[in-house]
Amino acid sequence: MSAITLNRVSKFWGAMRAVDDVSLTADEGSLLVLLGPSGCGKSTTLRLIAGLEEADAGTISIGGADVTHLTPAQRKISMVFQSYALFPHLSVAENIVFGLRVRRVSRAERDGRLKRVADIVGLSHLLERKPSQLSGGQRQRVALGRAIIAEARICLMDEPLSNLDAKLRHEMRTEIRTLQQRLGMTMVYVTHDQTEAMTMADRVVLMRDGRIEQNGSPEELYNRPATAFTARFIGSPPMNLVRQGDRLIGVRPEHVQIVADGDRAARVKAVEHLGADSIVLCEIDGQPISVRLEGFSKVQSGEDVRLAWDAAHEHRFDSTSEVRLDDIANEDRLAASAR
Amino acid sequence: MTDTTASSIPERRAPSQAWWNAVNAWLLLLPAAVLLVAFTHYPILATIRHSLFITKRNGTEVFVGLDSYQAMEADPIFWKALINNFWFALGTVPTSIALALVMAIWVNRNMRGRGFLRLAYFTPTVLPMIAVANIWLFFYTPDYGLLDQLRGLFGLGGWNWLGDPSTVMGCLIVMVIWKEAGFFMIFYLAALQQLSPDLEEAASIEGASRWYTFRRITFPLLMPTTLFVAINAVINSFKLVDHLVIMTKGGPNNASTLLLYYIYEVAFTFQDSSYAATLTVVLLLLLSAVALVKFGYLDRRIHYQ
Repeated sequence: MSAITLNRVSKFWGAMRAVDDVSLTADEGSLLVLLGPSGCGKSTTLRLIAGLEEADAGTISIGGADVTHLTPAQRKISMVFQSYALFPHLSVAENIVFGLRVRRVSRAERDGRLKRVADIVGLSHLLERKPSQLSGGQRQRVALGRAIIAEARICLMDEPLSNLDAKLRHEMRTEIRTLQQRLGMTMVYVTHDQTEAMTMADRVVLMRDGRIEQNGSPEELYNRPATAFTARFIGSPPMNLVRQGDRLIGVRPEHVQIVADGDRAARVKAVEHLGADSIVLCEIDGQPISVRLEGFSKVQSGEDVRLAWDAAHEHRFDSTSEVRLDDIANEDRLAASAR
Repeated sequence: MTDTTASSIPERRAPSQAWWNAVNAWLLLLPAAVLLVAFTHYPILATIRHSLFITKRNGTEVFVGLDSYQAMEADPIFWKALINNFWFALGTVPTSIALALVMAIWVNRNMRGRGFLRLAYFTPTVLPMIAVANIWLFFYTPDYGLLDQLRGLFGLGGWNWLGDPSTVMGCLIVMVIWKEAGFFMIFYLAALQQLSPDLEEAASIEGASRWYTFRRITFPLLMPTTLFVAINAVINSFKLVDHLVIMTKGGPNNASTLLLYYIYEVAFTFQDSSYAATLTVVLLLLLSAVALVKFGYLDRRIHYQ
């Protein structure tokens, strides 16, 4: 069953198409990630779902009901903002129960729910503090607590981890995903970080310039990128794209090998040691290509090496439209764009 | 090598450095301190001393103790001015603050002509006070003033607005509200623009109405501004002189005499400087009480960001 459906939704800022004819579906109880570089329209899409912006075209439905013209409150959703949007003059407890007070939930029930939520997000000992007395991670938990206490079926998250340091981000990632699954919420999660998308999502919607570039499971986006843009966006380091005539040949760094009898000559420009593996940055005819090697690579920069990869691991894209070539649907798109 | 030099220098210089830091700090504070002492603290002390003496015609001073204070207690005009001032403050402060807040919220929205509206609200503040007083003098003029011409449209007779003890204070209050509200609006507008729009959006997602959001979020977060504006408004209500000089001269029958205007009259019309000093001490006590309430009590109960 689909919890959220967007049908040909658009939003314009003057002549700028912030969201351009976007259609997508989030399944009940799943985590959908809106991914893309800054300015691609992912946050606007989320705000359209929340009702903080009104769509200029198209319809939005939540749980089967058309909510296109409803207020945020009528949509019965919860949301976590990038800035957390905590009320600075209210205590942690008051921040969390704010929505319950608005809805005049009885005191006894409010206290019971607060206790439960505080336990879930691990804030029981900090309830009397003000947000300014908390660390970034704790503020994040308050925002999370405020989002889940309403027990809304749908939770929207706008880059919730972007203000945290790398270690905390990793922790919160797992925590949010666990929470989402445990409470069975449908979550729409906006991020520009492809690692977050790959690790958390049931479904990733990659956006670019207000349009959907690709919509699929993390595995699909990684293993079968529909365009060169997706190929470059997903993966760290991203897929290597080597120009060959009117084609772009894409190979993941882990599929490239340095072998003595390789069929391509390359020069090593730099080596990054990550511990478990090393990234060797090479150049073939002036085009950069990175190679992932296991362990601590002994290759020196400036060295001449030979590279090889299995043809089965190649992805082919048209060099002008950047569309994947072995895809029948995409062949049609290519033909359409050529006309 | 570098380690030993780096660690030995601070050790050797520690005591002299602390001393030098203190001297430096005092030197930096000196210009401001000199100005404060010369033009604020010394005059206060001099005023208090002066209120305990009277000056003879030949210029010699005679110590009279609290005589001037006893005379003040028996002075009906002093009490009249004090009570007038109380009503004046009560009439101007809450209304001008409420009006300023409403105007600020109004012009903080995205709408056409916003810049013009902001300018219009601020105009009373940039006009010279003498000009303002003259404009309002025209409004209140009996028979051919603006107000009486409007009354004429409804067939009502002329009224001497500033010449009648029952209306003169109301007239002054309206004028001062008109002048102050635009000025205070600027502070509220600045504070409103500091608030993150996320807060309002978060509240709207939780289902809070606009009034609820204002009452529980916006207004509490504006409290520092409200306090600042309120203190200023109270102080201003005690400092008003120029409009009175132009419009009423404290009349009729002292119905519009405020404390500072009375001090001005005593000092420069009646040339009684020691009694003026006595009245000034009362004014100082009132204003320090206001400041004490702010710093001692209200500041601790308000959320500052």
